[in-house]
Amino acid sequence: MSHFWSSVRAIVWKDLKAEFRTKEMLSSMLIFAFLVIVIFSFAFDPGAQSVKQILPGVIWVGFLFSGILGLNRSFLSEQINDAISGLMLAPVDRAAIYFGKVFGNLIQTTLVEAIALPVFIILFDFNYAGSWLWLILVILASTFGFVAVGTFLAALASNTRSSEVLLPIILFPVIVPVVIGAVELTKALFAGADISTVMIWLQVICVYDVVFTVVPFLLFDYLLEA
Amino acid sequence: MITIIEAKQLTKRVGAKQILHGIDLSLQSGRFLTIFGPNGAGKTTLLKILSLLTSPTSGSLMIAGQEVADNAADLRKQIGVISHHSYLYGNLTARENLLFYGRMYQVPDLEQRIEEVLSEVGLGMFFNDPVRIFSRGMLQRLSIARAILHNPRILFLDEPYTGLDLQAIEILNSVLAGLKDQQRTVVMITHTFDVGLALSDEVLIINKGRVAFHGARSEVGSLEEFQDLYREKVGGRN
Amino acid sequence: MLGLNKLRMVLGAATFFLILAAIYMVFLYAPVPSNVTDMPEVQKILYFHVSAAWIGFLAFFVVFVCSILYLKTRSRKWDLVAASSAEVGVVYTSIVLLTGPVWGKAAWNVWWTWDPRLTTTLVLWFIYVAYIIIRNSAEEDEKRARFAAVFGIIGFIDVPIVFMAIRWWRTIHPLIFESNSVGLTPKMLTTLFVSLGAFTLLYIYYMVLRLDISKARLQLAEIKERLRSDY
Repeated sequence: MSHFWSSVRAIVWKDLKAEFRTKEMLSSMLIFAFLVIVIFSFAFDPGAQSVKQILPGVIWVGFLFSGILGLNRSFLSEQINDAISGLMLAPVDRAAIYFGKVFGNLIQTTLVEAIALPVFIILFDFNYAGSWLWLILVILASTFGFVAVGTFLAALASNTRSSEVLLPIILFPVIVPVVIGAVELTKALFAGADISTVMIWLQVICVYDVVFTVVPFLLFDYLLEA
Repeated sequence: MITIIEAKQLTKRVGAKQILHGIDLSLQSGRFLTIFGPNGAGKTTLLKILSLLTSPTSGSLMIAGQEVADNAADLRKQIGVISHHSYLYGNLTARENLLFYGRMYQVPDLEQRIEEVLSEVGLGMFFNDPVRIFSRGMLQRLSIARAILHNPRILFLDEPYTGLDLQAIEILNSVLAGLKDQQRTVVMITHTFDVGLALSDEVLIINKGRVAFHGARSEVGSLEEFQDLYREKVGGRN
Repeated sequence: MLGLNKLRMVLGAATFFLILAAIYMVFLYAPVPSNVTDMPEVQKILYFHVSAAWIGFLAFFVVFVCSILYLKTRSRKWDLVAASSAEVGVVYTSIVLLTGPVWGKAAWNVWWTWDPRLTTTLVLWFIYVAYIIIRNSAEEDEKRARFAAVFGIIGFIDVPIVFMAIRWWRTIHPLIFESNSVGLTPKMLTTLFVSLGAFTLLYIYYMVLRLDISKARLQLAEIKERLRSDY
């Protein structure tokens, strides 16, 4: 058991170390998130009263679109030099590969979100008066669900042709519950409403997180067969 | 000397294709087995099964006396694989690549072991360079270091000489000779007849998913005699 | 072989007659609902709309079951059944999505109402499309079957969660009216069941035809492969 988690840690360390050497992926994701913000600013009048209504949605669209950029590439490093076989030969349960990739992706995606969120808020001139703790919790829980199933489907897509086009098509229908829940929760927090009124969405997201971590965990071996 | 690999009636079927048709193989520890055969014969598939990368469709496999089906994850600690792909990460340095694999294999005294293997393959000077700048020969040498890092009892090699320069070939030969001296078991697939034959204790020819010939090196005779034997077993077209 | 052909003919005939019966009942037997004042005949689209929806979801359930069976047994037939069910199912789901707006516009002057069931059907449609595109993107047969099966399981498990989420979402954002308040009299109920039965038979019939095509394609591929290796 302990070797399982130390392997997961080793995989996360490897991916983060490789990424921070060039920071290619992180910077692309950040730029893309910023671009989304700016395009939305041109598409929707940022000064209007309706900003409070649409800002949560805009933020999550930005997070998801830039997140999927990172997911697309998460298995690329394993395909060059057939490193994935090296991982599969290691004396550890293959699910460790899944969890290692999930946590690696989670860290990178939340890092981008942490930087992009203030920029969103500034550009749309929004005053956030609510609880930062709840907001962080909501973002973390929702991003986890997105990344858990997204990493799994990225592993699937990376083994096909036109993998980069495929991933958004197969991922977006599946994450509909997370999108709805995340936006509703963010909307409530931005509007200063009491969190207990929207607690149901947090429950939906938590159920989603559990289901879409357990099911990929069970099915991951089938994706990796040599 | 124990039977370190015991394979009975291994078959492998992928979709509609039957790749292996019932392979039997028994290998004593410390022996050097070279596998020959035409392209598409199933050699790589057999190697993948024996190195526990994939499981057979049917048949039984025992490594070091243990059933593979129950103990695969543990048994992998005793196995090292060198393929014509390096299994390395371009953005990491040589040392970081080995740190990673060392942690995955739970290698004790890792830092020291890394220095040992790097000097054994002649890459001691390059430990801090990112792997993506390495030449093919250097990649293969680092791949060897990766494979022997955890002191495996059995080493599998899949066409390791592909695309190597002279220096890398020499290092590979010396590493293999060293492994022989250490009484490690080696299973190697190769197309280079002379080197493959020279190093081997036993020879296996696979053709169309079946064992076409399995015998000791002494049975096979000279290089020319072996080439005749090969052609006979495999048929005119190659 | 002959027995199979006979079975197919019988199935085809039965389907044809049941569909005729359904059409008759829908247009001539079922009464028009009394509480609808504007173009009440349009309400009859419900029989096909609802039946298609049931089959659309049933077909994906079949994909789900076959996906699990394929992963357990690796027997190609489960993969073929799943693929056929997905192809037929996506057509049925498309029918639901086309008849929904037609009914909505004609009856209430609104193209789309974000009704939870209809919206879930929309997401289901995307999941179907994703499943089919995965099948087309995989490069080997074995991978195609395996990846599709994995996604079939993920997709199916997602659908109930999607439905719950959309339902709660819609209670927060209700539109001005609710669209599905149509009471069904016994005659209408009977008509609905007949339509449902007819559509189910049609689904099975299409599945049988589609499976035959798949088998023929496989045989052709095997012959080609044999010729290639002999050469």
